[in-house]
Amino acid sequence: MILKLPVSLKKIKPGYIFVLPAVIMLALFYIYPFLKVLQLGFYEWDGISTKTVFVGLSQFQDIIFSDRVWWQSMWHAAYITILALVFQNGLALLLAMLVDRGLKYGNIYRVIFFLPPVLSGIVVGLIWNWIFNGNYGLLNHWLSNIGLGNLSRSWLSDPKTALTCVAIIHMWKGFGWAFLILLAGLQNIPRTLYEAARIDGASAWDVFRKVTVPLMIPVFVLVMVLTVLGTMQIYDIIVSTTNGGPGYHTEVPVSRIIARMLYSSQFGYACAMSLVFGVVLVILSVAQMKISQRLKQT
Amino acid sequence: MQFKYNKYAVKDLLKGFGSHAVLILVSITCLFPLAWMFCSSFKTQQTIFRDMSLIPKEFHWENFAIAWTRGGFGVYFLNSVFYTVAVISGLIVIASLAAYAFSRLEFRGKGIIYSTFLAAMMIPIPGAFVALYILLIKLGLVNTRLGYILPQISIGLSLAIYILKTFFDEIPKEIEDAAMVDGCSTIGIWWHIVLPLAKPAIAVIAIFNTLAVWNEYILAMIILQDKAKMPLQRGLMIFQGAHFTEYSLLMAGITITVIPIIIVYLFMQRYIIQGIAAGVAKG
Repeated sequence: MILKLPVSLKKIKPGYIFVLPAVIMLALFYIYPFLKVLQLGFYEWDGISTKTVFVGLSQFQDIIFSDRVWWQSMWHAAYITILALVFQNGLALLLAMLVDRGLKYGNIYRVIFFLPPVLSGIVVGLIWNWIFNGNYGLLNHWLSNIGLGNLSRSWLSDPKTALTCVAIIHMWKGFGWAFLILLAGLQNIPRTLYEAARIDGASAWDVFRKVTVPLMIPVFVLVMVLTVLGTMQIYDIIVSTTNGGPGYHTEVPVSRIIARMLYSSQFGYACAMSLVFGVVLVILSVAQMKISQRLKQT
Repeated sequence: MQFKYNKYAVKDLLKGFGSHAVLILVSITCLFPLAWMFCSSFKTQQTIFRDMSLIPKEFHWENFAIAWTRGGFGVYFLNSVFYTVAVISGLIVIASLAAYAFSRLEFRGKGIIYSTFLAAMMIPIPGAFVALYILLIKLGLVNTRLGYILPQISIGLSLAIYILKTFFDEIPKEIEDAAMVDGCSTIGIWWHIVLPLAKPAIAVIAIFNTLAVWNEYILAMIILQDKAKMPLQRGLMIFQGAHFTEYSLLMAGITITVIPIIIVYLFMQRYIIQGIAAGVAKG
């Protein structure tokens, strides 16, 4: 047997042996979890017992029609996403255009702006936690120094400001990504187009509207899709700053899924939640791509 | 530049100043929180809330020693290094073997298998960690190092295979043919010829996955319960939960967490820019 094994191994095409480890990994850690989530969405299961109860669509019904906290959490993530789409990406585009004009030492900014994105959400959250802290935070300290002490508050535990502060932290961490992608896109635009427009006497605004924007639409869509997917799945910054509080004021979809799974042992419900969430994300991405195709045609 | 001696020169110069002013302001916003964290890690528990200046009056290096030993960051640090090295090497071996097969070798079902990997790259499953956790229980891998490493290899796998296959497709076949004539086996060609040629692609894969693994939190929280096995991100949250008022030690812990990744980033940043530019070009 042992002697024969190498011979029979040699008969197998090397291609199969080469892809085998990758296929096993994909099957075990991607396809299996995918199918398992799909299946468990229709079952009630506590994660420990061997008993699973088929409940059909009832968990989806509960999530979609009566889980208020779930939709609140979805809205929180959407709120942060909208802020990121407008302010983070707007600032990133402005800065990318400044650097793209062939500024001296422009590369230094590229290095600096991508520093926050290489840090983890945990690290970023913990640092900003302190800046926003109510008792000994930097922000309050500065506010009282410039005579605005009456504005100071516990930024991350005040229901009025918590979510927006989390959004600010998220945008601080994320804008370097948008900046690098947009800059790479801008640099792909042939310089001769700008020169031609300038010779024709086009104003800066016209050049932006008629040359830059049409050529950048695919890059804009890429940045938008990445922003939406990344921001909707925000979690690390939440855990390290507000942990969903005060109350449910900064709960997000991922934190709800984890809470159902780890703290109330509702694995089936958690899976149903991730399915609903996944469908929402797919719809959002497809919608953005469709809109961009429209824009391209007109 | 071209407009050196006309009115545009002055205009460009002024514009340059304006641009730099905006960019420098944003740079300060980027750097200040990091500088604040770094400097605070040298202050003591007594001075940290009173001394709000950026540069501390005296430097307490012992904070790092205390964080490293009593705070447990030494253990977390070595764990993080181990996980990063393990995931990256596993990923590169598995992905490059598969990518080489997809690029060069003939076997039935190749197209379908490759398309499956591409599809997996396009469709991320939010909350797949729920099912992953169930799988790891079944495999007996919950709270084990292997259980934390394997899922992370699989996360980066599809994209790595795609990048490497695209790269291999552009390498001329002649070198490999020559090696084949000299009696080199397929595995020998992969190891001696193809892998060394693919260094630029491997660098891009390595840097992005290093960032991902070093910064990973959710899986570490779900899979690992032993402090002895936890990586830095998890350790930070544990430390913060237990000593939430010891800010100078927490900042020292964060500094320990951040410094290696910043060094890696500064040395490898041209690969990051390259990788992103390539991604944008392909759309």
